[in-house]
Amino acid sequence: MVISIESTLIGAAVAVTLLAVVVLYRVVRGPTVQDRIIAVNVLGTSTVVIIAFVAAALDKPFFLDIAIVYALLNFLLSIAAAKLTIDRGEVL
Amino acid sequence: MNEPVVQITVLVLALGSVFFTLVAAVGLIRLPDLYTRAHASSKADTLGAGFGLLAVAIAFGPSRTALKVAFLIAFVYLTNPTAAHAISRAAYDQGIEPWTKEDEEGGGETA
Repeated sequence: MVISIESTLIGAAVAVTLLAVVVLYRVVRGPTVQDRIIAVNVLGTSTVVIIAFVAAALDKPFFLDIAIVYALLNFLLSIAAAKLTIDRGEVL
Repeated sequence: MNEPVVQITVLVLALGSVFFTLVAAVGLIRLPDLYTRAHASSKADTLGAGFGLLAVAIAFGPSRTALKVAFLIAFVYLTNPTAAHAISRAAYDQGIEPWTKEDEEGGGETA
């Protein structure tokens, strides 16, 4: 095989980064607040995947801890924003 | 670790991840209202993340690190649709109307 695992993972990380930049359009443009929150949620998921790709490509396993914390914060952001925008405080 | 089977598996899974993330991005840009966008983000993006993290787990090989990635996959699969559901439900309680076919005649995007 000509293509190594490292170059595959770096290429996938670059592609996901470019798609995250495309999703940024919805964050800027989105008519409602909830549109922006959903787009930011997608950006956060893309960030987790990019961190995991880079961790595997550079063979640095401790990067995955950062990815896990980022996923937790991403979930917390969505739930907190959903709770904040309605009055009675039940979102699930 | 550098066997051809591992290389091909990682390549295919990474391509699947990029494809489904592309589908999610197109859906997020092109679909007409909040609820359809939540649908695109909660399904296509979650599947793309799952493929990508599976590629990472296979690239690391059988180890404690791969177990950590497996936890990350399970966590993303649980939380991502839950978050989209919570946001959509908050939007519905706030009174944002879903897009219907009549809105299409006005042309362009709905508020």
